[in-house]
Amino acid sequence: MSSETKTTVPFNGTEEQKAELLKVIAEKKDENGALMPILQKAQDIYGYLPIEVQTIISDEMNIPLEKVYGVATFYSQFSLFPKGKYRISVCLGTACYVKGSGDIFNKLEEVLGIKGGECTPDGKFSLEACRCIGACGLAPVLTVNDDVYGRLTVDDVKDIIAKYND
Amino acid sequence: MENINLKINGVDVSAPAGSTILEAARIANIDIPTLCFLKDINEIGACRVCVVEVKGARSLVASCVYPVNEGMEVFTNSPKVLESRKKTVQLLLSAHDRKCLSCVRSGNCELQKLARDLNVEDEGYFDGEKIAHTIDDSAAHMYRDNSKCILCRRCVAMCDKVQGIGVIGANQRGFKTEICSAFEMGLGDTSCVSCGQCIAVCPTGAISEKDNTTEVFKALADTSKHVIVQTAPAVRAALGEEFGLEIGTNVEGKMVTALRKLGFAKVFDTNFAADLTIMEEAHEFLDRVKNGGKLPLITSCSPGWIKYCEHYFPDMTENLSSCKSPQQMFGAIAKTYYAEKMGIDPKDIVMVSVMPCTAKKFEIGRDDQNAAGVPDVDIAITTRELARMINRAGIKFASLEDGKFDDPLGESTGAAVIFGATGGVMEAALRTAVATLTNADPASVEFTDVRGVEGIKEASYDVAGMTVKVAVASGLSNARELLTKVKNGEADYHFIEIMGCPGGCVNGGGQPQQPASVRNFTDLRAERAKALYSQDAASEVRMSHKNESVKKLYAEFLGEPGSHKAHEILHTTYVKRKINK
Repeated sequence: MSSETKTTVPFNGTEEQKAELLKVIAEKKDENGALMPILQKAQDIYGYLPIEVQTIISDEMNIPLEKVYGVATFYSQFSLFPKGKYRISVCLGTACYVKGSGDIFNKLEEVLGIKGGECTPDGKFSLEACRCIGACGLAPVLTVNDDVYGRLTVDDVKDIIAKYND
Repeated sequence: MENINLKINGVDVSAPAGSTILEAARIANIDIPTLCFLKDINEIGACRVCVVEVKGARSLVASCVYPVNEGMEVFTNSPKVLESRKKTVQLLLSAHDRKCLSCVRSGNCELQKLARDLNVEDEGYFDGEKIAHTIDDSAAHMYRDNSKCILCRRCVAMCDKVQGIGVIGANQRGFKTEICSAFEMGLGDTSCVSCGQCIAVCPTGAISEKDNTTEVFKALADTSKHVIVQTAPAVRAALGEEFGLEIGTNVEGKMVTALRKLGFAKVFDTNFAADLTIMEEAHEFLDRVKNGGKLPLITSCSPGWIKYCEHYFPDMTENLSSCKSPQQMFGAIAKTYYAEKMGIDPKDIVMVSVMPCTAKKFEIGRDDQNAAGVPDVDIAITTRELARMINRAGIKFASLEDGKFDDPLGESTGAAVIFGATGGVMEAALRTAVATLTNADPASVEFTDVRGVEGIKEASYDVAGMTVKVAVASGLSNARELLTKVKNGEADYHFIEIMGCPGGCVNGGGQPQQPASVRNFTDLRAERAKALYSQDAASEVRMSHKNESVKKLYAEFLGEPGSHKAHEILHTTYVKRKINK
């Protein structure tokens, strides 16, 4: 085994979310190829696909958890990690990348202690890479929710994170 | 069936329509190497080792899945083909942990053989990035080392399709793909039943049983211990394969001699406990029938099946016979009756079992398997491990004289030896049940309806005015199919035999590993079972209740079958488990 893919963020699913998921599964489970659409709906409902959600799908569809997990890890649009309160997106498009956004991304991984795609255990920050957001003139660029930060250097990373101290 | 005519390497070949090129080549005595292909189990044409050139085709084709056509011209050994196969193997080796010298599969590794056959001079030719894998040793019976995994998916297909469990699969994608369980949890934390069928089909050393041979050698060298051994019926039908003997050769006599040479104080036969199991289980069956107990009664000899039942049919654990498996019954008798007779403290006995099974390693650690206050069985090794011990000790197996099991726990009947094949436990039970119910020997002791390698078999017998309906399943997908019928009220059997491995113990997860080149064209289940049925047919005594040593055991120690004492020593309990935690 090579990687650890269990999120450390506690699962906070509600009864309403579960009821919604069960309804979706009941509607679709007898269709051919139902797993993919059910996973998509589950991600819509919960925002991500933690073990708790995948276990519900496995139990209800009567298929091995491994089969669910195999599909969830194969397709990149499925996420095993929740999004943080503050979603940090670093543009790794060509212009930003040439201007050093890769280093900024690495610095964020280091400062937050998480990898791309993951969320900090307190649920505050999640980190992801994105492609061009149309602000090449400000390269390198990152966004925190709707805030845009441009013309960055690696040294700016700590100050940006410090702004979100609530 | 219509035949198709084609040319392979310039030679005319006629093959049944629907054959693959691989099968047609076989008819023409041409071997095409394969790696991922397992007939009827893993037919995915993915590894590209079996590629051949087809005249007019745009690229090389995978012969394992490519059907033959009329007039087709195939070349299996052209320079283009050989170069392609070699490159494929070199690419596989680029991410492979090539510590062959210390690998358990060195000498019978399918990848190693391919590299040699294809003249791979430089195994590091494409060396590049490697993923650092950790070994999963969380399960009681095996470990997985993905640094030796070639992603052929033979284990995945076995677990999912044949056994219907599916606790392993391919996760992630591309270079990061690896075979493991959901959320990278250890196999020991899943609903894996320890059947070991994944090990039996792994072409490399990526999965293997936990080797306990060093522990056995250590015990044998400890003069303060009385080290005794029992061997399961199916071991004698397959051990010879490890020493180059033909598949289906019964090597009971040589095996006994080898065990004696290894230094075991007594060499006993699990068959003795198989006869004992029949005494207890037949009694339990008749008791349930007479007193309105839970039916169908389902056999409990196969620990892989037991764990499967606990996970997947927890509401049917009351149907399971409370009889311990023969391995455990043997250990329990060895550490009570035998210990008492010999005047040995059960704590000083080391009970080693040789089993065709990896789930036996799990079973020895189960609760309620310690009749004398110490584990009934201390070390369970597989047929493969015994072969390793024999080789390590420098014993020339093929030239050994035949030996005989020791008394009193070495006596057994023809009914016991067929426990190793699917239907065997049922047949043995029927022989004794019919004799008991009718107070006479059955006209024929052969109940052939329950023999053979079919996954599910049914039969009914009129016995003393009662119609007894029985069913037999082997392989856990078949077990699921059968039990689902029972659960839904679509079938009403009185007695069901289930064995976890397809074909029963002869094809157990601890038996010698035959490469796909053999498995794809030989029915191991049938060939090995023949050895057991021949031994049964040649036996003077063929009914368990006529085993004199077993009779004596009851007279001197246990009382009657189903007695309080028999229950304390020979019976056990089960737990209800979930599929997902």
